[in-house]
This record gives sequence, C-alpha cells and structure tokens, in this order.
Amino acid sequence: MPNTVSFITAHFDKHNPDDLASCLAIGGFGGLKRALGLTPAELIQIITASGIQGRGGAAYSTGIKWRQAADVPGDDKVVICNADEGEPCTFKDRTLMEKDPFRLLEGMAIAGYAVGAKHGYIYLREEYRHLRPKLQKAIDQARTNQWLGSHIQGTNFSFDITLYSGAGAYVCGEGSTLIESMEGKSGRPRIKPPFIKECGLFQKPTLVNNVETLSAAAAILDFGAEEFKAYGTEKSPGTKLISLAGNVRRPGAYEIPFGMTLRAIIETIGGGLEEGRILRLVQLGGASGRIAPASLLDTPYTYEDLAKAGLDVGSGGILVVDDRTSVIEFLESIQDFFIHESCGKCTPCREGNRQIGRIIARFADGAPRPDDLETAKRFATIMSNCSFCGLGETAQSALLSAIRHFPEVFELGAFGEGDEAGLKANANVKASAAGVAVGETIGKHSFKGERGERA
Amino acid sequence: MNAYVTNTSNTHQGSDSLYKPAHTTILTPELMVQIDSILERFAKDPTRLVGMLLDIQDITPKQYLPKEIAVYVGEKLDLPLSRVYDVISFYEALSDVPRADIVIQFCDSVVCKVVGSRRLKEALEGILDIKTGETTKDGKYHLEAAPCFGACDISPAIRVNGVVYGPLKTEEDVRDALARYEKGGEARA
Ligand SMILES: Cc1cc2nc3c(=O)[nH]c(=O)nc-3n(C[C@H](O)[C@H](O)[C@H](O)COP(=O)(O)O)c2cc1C
Ligand code: SF4
Ligand code: FES
Repeated sequence: MPNTVSFITAHFDKHNPDDLASCLAIGGFGGLKRALGLTPAELIQIITASGIQGRGGAAYSTGIKWRQAADVPGDDKVVICNADEGEPCTFKDRTLMEKDPFRLLEGMAIAGYAVGAKHGYIYLREEYRHLRPKLQKAIDQARTNQWLGSHIQGTNFSFDITLYSGAGAYVCGEGSTLIESMEGKSGRPRIKPPFIKECGLFQKPTLVNNVETLSAAAAILDFGAEEFKAYGTEKSPGTKLISLAGNVRRPGAYEIPFGMTLRAIIETIGGGLEEGRILRLVQLGGASGRIAPASLLDTPYTYEDLAKAGLDVGSGGILVVDDRTSVIEFLESIQDFFIHESCGKCTPCREGNRQIGRIIARFADGAPRPDDLETAKRFATIMSNCSFCGLGETAQSALLSAIRHFPEVFELGAFGEGDEAGLKANANVKASAAGVAVGETIGKHSFKGERGERA
Repeated sequence: MNAYVTNTSNTHQGSDSLYKPAHTTILTPELMVQIDSILERFAKDPTRLVGMLLDIQDITPKQYLPKEIAVYVGEKLDLPLSRVYDVISFYEALSDVPRADIVIQFCDSVVCKVVGSRRLKEALEGILDIKTGETTKDGKYHLEAAPCFGACDISPAIRVNGVVYGPLKTEEDVRDALARYEKGGEARA
C-alpha cells in the first residue's frame, strides 16, 4: 500500500499469530527483552522521549502517564488494556489483535515492568468474541515460554494477564466505567477523585492504556524511540493506525506517518470515492468526533494541525461520506447511537441526547420549529460542559461542527441527494439545491478522488 | 441499554418482561451441570459476572437469560438478584427475553448506514419474513439491529451468532452469508 508504513505493524503477515515460535523467529518480544535490561525509570524515559500520546482518544502523554503510575506507592498495581474499541468507524485495535496479539502482550508486560504491576487484564468487547480464543492462546503460549508468568525470562519480574469480556456497551470504554464492568457491575462511570491511577480495579492503583498505545510502546522499545520519531512531525511524532471507512474504495486499517494530508489519506490510501460521487463530509475520531467539509481536506493529519482546523485525531477513525447521505441523515445516525449508548446516569446526557434527537428528527422532516437550532446549540453546550463523563461531553461534536460548517442545512430543512431508496419525499427540491452548493465547494478544491480516477 | 429510557428506538428490547413470573423450565438438570462448569471456570468470582452471564447465555436455548437462571446464578455466587439483573438489563449483549437458535444482527451505526445498511435490513426482513426485533415462527432466527461491531472495513455487515459477514450489498450476498453460516460459521467475506 503506498504511503503506509510498518512500525507498530512490523510483524503483520510475517508470522503466524497463533504460533509464538513463528513470532520469536522474527524477533518477537525483542522490546520486552530490552526493557528487562533497563531500570523502570530508564524505560519510562524512552517512552517519554518517543513523544507518543495515548491512542485511545484522549491523547495524553504515555510517558507522563507511566511516570505518574510508577510514582503511586504500592506493590500491588494493575495494568488494563482497553480493548473495548466501541467508537463507530474504529477497528484498528481489532486488526492489531488479529494480526499480532504478541505485540500487545509484550506491551502490557513492558507497562507492568515500568509501573510496578504484577497483573494485567485485557477488557475485550463482546463484539470481538472471535478474538477470545486467539488472545487466550497467545497468553498461554507466552506463559509456557516464560514471556509471561512468574520470573519472566529468569528475571525477578513476574507478570500475568487475564482476559475479561465486555457485553456490548460503548460507555464501558471510559476508564472508570470499564473498571465497574470488570468488577461485575453495570457500566456507569465513577466519580473522580479518587483517580483510577490511585484507586482503580479492586481498589488497586491502575494504569489503563489502549491496545495501540501498548503495542506501539513495545515496538518503540524494540526499534528505538529515534526510529519512531523518524516518522511524523515534531509535535506529532511517529506513526498512527487509522481506521478508514465509509464511501471510499479501499476501506481498512492502515499505519501512516503523522503529517499526511486528509486528501492524500483518502485518495492514495483509500483509493478515492466511487465513480461519479461527490464528497459530503469527513468525520474524524469516531461518532464522538467532529466533521469536516471538503475545504479542510488539505489539513495534515497531526494533532496540532487538526486542532487548528477544529478537528481531532480521537480514536483514529476516518469516515468518508459522499453525496448519497445528507448532513442531517448523517447526524440522525450519530444521534441514534448516543441516545442508545447514554448510560442514563446524568441528566444532561440522558435528556439532552433525547431532546436533540427530536430536534434533528424535525430537521429531517423538513419541519423544524423556529427556535430549534438555538435550542439544539444550547443543549449541546450544556451537555459538553455539565455531563458526568466523556460520552456526554463529546456526543454533540458532530452536531456542533455541522452547524459551523454546513449552516445552510439547518436553514432550509433536510436535503442531499439520497440513495435510491430516496430521501424523505418532502425535501426533494431543497435537496438538489443544497447538493449543488456542497458540490461546488468541492469543485473549487478539485478533489481528485471524488471521481475515483486514482483507483 | 439505557435503563431509564424505555422508548429510545424500536430496534432494541425494553425490559418489560423482567418481573414476569417464569413459567418455563429452561433450567434442566443438564443445563445446570453446564452452568456449574462455567461458574467453576470463572472460579465463581462475582467480579467476572459479565463474562459468566455471556457464556451461560450462549449455551441456553433461545440465547437468553430467563429469571430462573438469573436466580440460580445469584444464589451460586451469593449475589442479590438485583445485582444480577442490574447487569442483565444494562448490557446490550445480554437478553432477558427469548431470542432464537440463530441470532442475526445487522449493524445500524453510521458507517454501515452510509454504505447501505438500509437495503441490508430490508433484504434480511424479506428473506426471514419478519421485522427487526422479531423471531421467525419456527423459532429459528431472531433479527436485531446492533450498534457498530467494528466491522466497518467490511460494511455493511451482519453478525450471525457472533460470526461477522460483510460487505453484504445485495440480497444474494445476504443469502450467501446465511448459507455459509449454516455450513460451519466461516467468518468474513
Ligand atoms: C465514552 C468513552 C468511550 C471510550 N472508549 C474507549 C475505547 O473503546 N478504547 C480506548 O482505548 N479508549 C476509550 N476511551 C478513552 C479511555 O477513557 C482512556 O482515555 C484510554 O483508554 C486511555 O488509554 P491511552 O492513554 O492509551 O489512550 C473512551 C472514553 C470515553 C469517555
Ligand atoms: S455523560 Fe452521564 S449519562 Fe452520559 S454516559 Fe456519561 S455518565 Fe452516563
Ligand atoms: S458502523 Fe457498522 S460495523 Fe462499524
């Protein structure tokens, strides 16, 4: 694949993920081997030097997080791998676990060594149940070969991993909620403080990291922080796994260096849009992410450039939506998701999502009330400021960015050239009007991929 | 899943049946033995309740958790019934109403939507001759909508008893996926 790189994914397709021996034959567990020869402080220094930020969405410095976890007193700490991956348009963690589960186990053991934890847990979403046997097999093989268990490779470091299953709840990806679920309860977030790092799973000091963060940490130990930083930009060093999907020709999980433009990602890696289609919008970071019109496609994919453009890496999802879906239809789908996934604990999110859902439905019917837009904005703002957890805080990212980039959609009603099944009948006329307007914006920026010449 | 909201969408079950008396005798001695071995495998550790209930649901006819099983598990783990139901009613993947031998879920989240899950839903409803949320008369198939299950790269996608198939663009694709499941559950298109 042009423009993709293999750092975190270096072992993909080069070994049999069901067979540890084949992984060891290509240098598997090299990162852990190196880590065990360092002091935890030295190890954390390497992670800090790499500049890697958490890949679960919040983009917190992994080096600082590990330092803080190591500094918490106590010798009974735990490391949790967050494999809940519930964000729609996100499947890169699945790909990592499918193609190189050993990298993840290695990363967990390295994290355990760094912070002083003896036990690790993988919280795997129910939807990935097909990966349970694969991960369990990898764990068992690693233990048999002393890459897990007591006295790893004859050292004084002991670390074991247990697999836990989720049961279908997006909110359980939030750290404290995940812990509630792992304690056998329904998934509702905890109040902070106490912070998880001091009092998390079973009241123990707990480090929670994403699958990709842990896998990347192992690769950084293996190949070196400098090698990692050879990719990317100064403020966004290294590589990132993206989940590219929607109306592109080649959807998939790809490892890219930070710094490619969105346009290059969509055209070169994704193969552009289908013949004759026009880009409607792009959503970054999953359902909780903001959306961008075609005019922002030349933004480089880095933390700093996306932030300037009002966007966010988030989960690493890149959803491409063409002219067959209208902005309002898109928002309806996002809103349905959050209404369904709100855990119901706090009022702004529980009620706000429902009320905004009703307003979006009125826009979809082409019959909004005069104050609907203002009310939606007000509720969305209250939700981002007053919700109990990140779900409610970010649920309205798509709506707020849509209001910013596609104001015409809220002035006129519902539009967009629908697919064959047809848009809501009463929006037909307005539909083509708005379709042209959006199409023109794209025309001016000559989005090459839109007709798929590059495919 | 949202326990406070009963009418969020027509595609997800409410928990009306929660406190209906259990008339069934699902919990046969054979099933009890199997459940016991699951509980043993999880060392009867109540913190692993979510995983245990999932595995128990898998082996229960019609893939659900009737009250008698909830009571049984609560007693075995020394947990109040309310704790067990807190979990059953919260999680999407746990059902307190009977489903079917084969549970088919189509994704109704955004990626699958923009690549045509509406047609997929129509095809499934046509082939099975039921609406979403219903079970076929012979009790064999149950059709549900589900949030994104991380198969967006092969969207629009379905899960058949947890096995993922996609991309399913035509009715032919859907029939083919169901046939492949019947033949042995080979995953992914
Ligand atoms: C509603 C919600 C859902 C989340 N889902 C996930 C998830 O599925 N996977 C994940 O790694 N992080 C998820 N997060 C972020 C985690 O809370 C946490 O920041 C992350 O796991 C930390 O790991 P990192 O530092 O390696 O990124 C979610 C956060 C929220 C608020
Ligand atoms: S914001 Fe509130 S209602 Fe929404 S998921 Fe978080 S705690 Fe639950
Ligand atoms: S949106 Fe359908 S599988 Fe992800």
